[in-house]
Amino acid sequence: MAHFWMILGVIIVAFPVYYVFIASTHSVQTILRPPLPLLPGPEAAANYGGAFSGEIDRIGGVSLWRLLGNTTLIAVGIALGKIAISMASAYAIVFFRFPFRMACFWLIFITLMLPVEVRIQPTYKVMVDLGLIDTYAGLILPLIASATATLLFRQFFMTIPDELLEAARVDGAGPWRFFKDILWPLSLTNVAAIFVIQFIYGWTQYLWPLLVTNSNEMNTIVIALKKMISFADADTPWNLVMVTSVLAILPPILVVVVMQRWFVKGLVETEK
Amino acid sequence: MARIQLKDLRKSYAGQEVIHGITMDIENGEFVVIVGPSGCGKSTLLRMVAGLEGITSGTISIGDRVVNDLEPRQRDIAMVFQNYALYPHMSVRENMAYGLKIARMSKDEIDQRVAKAATMLELEPYLDRKPRALSGGQRQRVAMGRALVREPAAFLLDEPLSNLDAKLRVQMRLQIKDLHQRTGQTTLYVTHDQVEAMTLADRLIVMNKGVAEQIATPHEVYTTPASEFVAGFIGSPAMNIFTVQAEKGMAILPGGHRLPLAALPASGQVRLGLRPEDLEIVDAGVPSIPVVLRSVEWLGADAFGYGVIDGSEERVTLRLAGSTAAARGDRIHVAPPEGRWHLFSADTGKRL
Repeated sequence: MAHFWMILGVIIVAFPVYYVFIASTHSVQTILRPPLPLLPGPEAAANYGGAFSGEIDRIGGVSLWRLLGNTTLIAVGIALGKIAISMASAYAIVFFRFPFRMACFWLIFITLMLPVEVRIQPTYKVMVDLGLIDTYAGLILPLIASATATLLFRQFFMTIPDELLEAARVDGAGPWRFFKDILWPLSLTNVAAIFVIQFIYGWTQYLWPLLVTNSNEMNTIVIALKKMISFADADTPWNLVMVTSVLAILPPILVVVVMQRWFVKGLVETEK
Repeated sequence: MARIQLKDLRKSYAGQEVIHGITMDIENGEFVVIVGPSGCGKSTLLRMVAGLEGITSGTISIGDRVVNDLEPRQRDIAMVFQNYALYPHMSVRENMAYGLKIARMSKDEIDQRVAKAATMLELEPYLDRKPRALSGGQRQRVAMGRALVREPAAFLLDEPLSNLDAKLRVQMRLQIKDLHQRTGQTTLYVTHDQVEAMTLADRLIVMNKGVAEQIATPHEVYTTPASEFVAGFIGSPAMNIFTVQAEKGMAILPGGHRLPLAALPASGQVRLGLRPEDLEIVDAGVPSIPVVLRSVEWLGADAFGYGVIDGSEERVTLRLAGSTAAARGDRIHVAPPEGRWHLFSADTGKRL
C-alpha cells in the first residue's frame, strides 16, 4: 500500500516533466491542437536538430550552445565560488581564535534570514558602479556568499577531533598545510554534496540574471526560455521551447547522478 | 635526545590556577611517568611540554633551548595521543611519513625511516592499509610509529594504552618498555594506571590537584611516599591509613589499642599508614592490632582479608598468605615489622 502511494506520488511529480519531453518531439501544430498525445511524436530529430543548428538563434538571438555554455559557466562559477568562500570562512571560525569571532559567526548566520530579493537593489547598484552589468563576474560574484554552506562546513569542521589538529601541529603542519593535507581530503564528500546543491541553485537562477544582463549574448537558458515565450500562443514556437526546457533540465540531473554516486561512495569510505 | 627541564611551571585558566609550579629535570634518555587521578592536571602538564597549551609562567627547556614560545613543530618532540589521532584518509605509510614530508626530508630517507619503524613495530603487512582497516592495537602501533620516525628529542605519550583491552594493554606496555630500551629516547608518559606507571617509569611524577606530590623512582614512591595522597594512590589494594593519637612513643589506635612505634611525635594526632602486605599475623601476646575479619578473598598465591580494627569501625585490608586458614569472623592479631610503617602529618598530609 505504501508502495502504491509512492508510485502515485512519483507519477504526479514526474508527469509534467514527461509531458515536456513528449511536447518536445511534436510539431507546433500538434502541440497547439489538443489533446496532446501521450507518446513521443515523429518530430524529435527535427526539433532537436533544429534547436542546435540555429532555429533558436532566430528567436532568442543567441545559439543554444551559447546559452548552455553561459549557464554552465555561471552555475559552476557560483558553486565553486560558494565552496571556496564558505570553506574559508568556516575554517576561520572553527579553527582560529580572533577578536569578534563569534560576532562574525552570528553576522554570517543572520544573513540566512535575508533572501536575495531583500538586498537586490543595493547589490544591483554596486554592480552598476563597478561596471559589471552584462559580465560573468556580475552574474556570479553577488551570488557566491553563502551562509548555508558556511554553516554546513562549520558543523562538519566541528566534528573533526581536536587531536587530529594537534597531531598535525606536532607533525609540523601549519594552517595552510592542515587545510590542504587533512581538512580538504576529509571534506571532499561534503564538498561534493554542496557542489550539487549549489550547481542546481546557480543553474536555476532567474531573478538576478534577468536584472544584471541586458544583452542576449549573456542570457542563461532559463532567461532565454522566458524570452522565447511571447504573449500570443500562436507566435510561440512551443516545440522549441520544450526542447530548450528538456535541455535545461538535463545538466542538473546529470550532475546529481554523477556526483551522487561519488559522494555516497565517499560517505561510506570516510571515517574520522 | 635531550634533557627536559621544567622550572616553576604554572598554568591558569581564566584566573584559576590549575598547575601550581612544577619543577623537574628529566635526564637524557629517562622514562618519566606522570601519574595521578583524572583532573589532576597531568595531561595539561604534558600538553604544555608539547606546546599545545600555553604557559602562564615558568620555563620549559628541551635540550639547551627554552621552548616556551615555540610552536610544537619547532620543539623537536613527537606525541602519541590517547585516541591515536591518525589521519583517516592516509595509509599507515603516509601517516608515518607525513611529519617527515613536511620537514622536507628526502624520499629515500623517509622510506628508510618508515621501513625501520615498521619493522620494529611489526607493521610491515599493514603499511598500505587505511587506519580504519586496523585493530585498536595496530592503530596504537601506527601512532607509536608516527612518533618514532621523527627521531625527536623527546617522546610524549598521553595515556596511549587506555583505549585498549586489558590483555593488549599488557602486551603494548612491554613493547613500549622494550622500545624505550632500544631507542633510549627521553620519554614523558601520562597515565592514570598505576601498574603502567610503576612498571614503565625510571621516575614518577605523582600529581594531585595540579601539584607534584612526589617526584621519585617507583621504588622510592612505594616505600617512602612523600605524602598521604601518594601513599593512598600508589599500591593496590590501597594502604590502610588512619588517625592515631601519639603518646610517649605509643600510638593509640581506633578502638583504644596501643602500638609502640618509633619516631612518633611526643603527642598529638598523626596519620598512620600501613600497607596490607606489611601487616603480619602475630601472637596475641605481643603489641599488635586486633582485627575482626569481615571477608576473605582467596586469590591462589595470596588472599586479601577485609576487616575492621576490633572495637572500632576503622576498615583494614590485609594481604595474607595463600595458605592462610583465617576466615570470616576470625579475630586475628597483626603488626608491622620494624620500620614498615608510614607517618603523615594530620594537618598537611606530608610525610613525617
